[in-house]
Amino acid sequence: MAKYLLLKHYRGAPAAVNHIPMDQWTPDEVEAHIQFMSDFATRLEGTGEFVDGQALSPDGLWVRSDGDGPPVTDGPFAETKDLIAGWMIIDVDSQERAVELAGELSAAPGAGGEPIHEWLEVRPFLAAPPTVTD
Amino acid sequence: MDDVELRELVPQVLSVLVRRGADFATAEDAVQEALIRAVPAWEQDPPSDPKGWLITVAWRAFLDLARSEASRRDREARVDAEPPTGVVPSADDTLHLYFLAAHPDLTPSSAVALTLRALGGLTTRQIAQAYLVPESTMAQRISRAKRTIGRSGLDRPGDVRTVMRVLYLIFNEGYSGDVDLAAEAIRLTRQLATSANDPEVHGLLALMLLHHARRRSRSGPDGRIVPLADQDRSLWDTELIAEGVVILQAALGRDRPGEYQVQAAIAALHADAERVQDTDWTQIVEWYDELLRFADTPVVRLNRAVAVGEADGALAGLAALAQVDEHIPRHEAVAAYLHEKNGELELAARLYADASRNAPNLAERDHQMCQAARLNEMLRRQ
Repeated sequence: MAKYLLLKHYRGAPAAVNHIPMDQWTPDEVEAHIQFMSDFATRLEGTGEFVDGQALSPDGLWVRSDGDGPPVTDGPFAETKDLIAGWMIIDVDSQERAVELAGELSAAPGAGGEPIHEWLEVRPFLAAPPTVTD
Repeated sequence: MDDVELRELVPQVLSVLVRRGADFATAEDAVQEALIRAVPAWEQDPPSDPKGWLITVAWRAFLDLARSEASRRDREARVDAEPPTGVVPSADDTLHLYFLAAHPDLTPSSAVALTLRALGGLTTRQIAQAYLVPESTMAQRISRAKRTIGRSGLDRPGDVRTVMRVLYLIFNEGYSGDVDLAAEAIRLTRQLATSANDPEVHGLLALMLLHHARRRSRSGPDGRIVPLADQDRSLWDTELIAEGVVILQAALGRDRPGEYQVQAAIAALHADAERVQDTDWTQIVEWYDELLRFADTPVVRLNRAVAVGEADGALAGLAALAQVDEHIPRHEAVAAYLHEKNGELELAARLYADASRNAPNLAERDHQMCQAARLNEMLRRQ
């Protein structure tokens, strides 16, 4: 088994095929999308592949230490190119399976009831070293 | 004996150990140990006196823990001062335990965890699951909290205000996982109300009961938000409402009003309306004005603006909203609602979309997005 992070971006991913903003969808389309996302997580719990899913607020800030004083903060930056919206962590048998699931998630319904076909980023976790090394 | 009845005994057993001179931290571990042993032992052979059984087993566990702790300390030559033992300043032992677990020196998250364990009898694992953190993290939080109390807990008197804040926090966390924190907070507040002679404690209990009574109607499938106006009021628990109202009236009758009693009065006025159009908004606004005397916060002012909008119309609500710091959470949601009520649909739709983007949780994010979509669809059809 290997863990993968499926990352969804507010900004920074290539444009989705069906990229109309959500507040322009019909209420039924919004409902259908929310239902799809909820069902997707439930299904992966059922297959024993779900680890975690979280959504992030778009507002964050940058922090760095400033020696002895309190940390310096900056942002949020409206011009930040890459902004993560949320993630799902899955534990699957192969990269193929991770790609398959990301593909299904990317096809969540959007405007006009058509799949969004948004780009999701799939990142493998760096795992602990194996016990048998030779 | 079910799980809750068993856990009801926890503070009683713990206070017996403390009264016998056990230090709070070790005694609390010992009671947990006794609880864990009780489950298999009682299945085989239920005791005739469960409380006596727990006291005996917890006391033995305490002696074992204290002995091994003493030898460990000797080995490591620890110089940590032993907390003073055997001092029980409060006449009421259970109340004293509440004060310890919600000690003002503790951070809110530590006080919450310790209260749920020492007074609620929940296991570290259950508390960790309820707050979605690893069990080892919660265990550390609890043992650090106990060290803090060991250092400073016993020489400062407790504060029922702090206890109420902790119980309010637990109640507001609501429901996640196997443990129903709202129900647990109500149980603990009931227990507190039997020993603390403060009308605010009864106000807090009434507030919890009145909100809990509406719980089933407050969210739809998948945890979606159902706003007050759209709730199916036949799902409200009329028994809980009646109980809350009686407790509140008795508390208000003592003429020592406070923040929780006033919040409960507002909840009672909502609960009292058979249909949303029967809501006595004028009186609700008056209670919000009263609430401002005790807690003049932007959140109270924001909620007051909604009530003013219902009582005196959207423009009055917007005028009240203009006095509220616009950077607080849900400001955009309230603005959207009032502008929609005032017929400014485009502005309202934009504000709902902003409210969704800045929502503090997923349920609200989805709810506000549905509102934006609803208005935009209406605008397209015009």
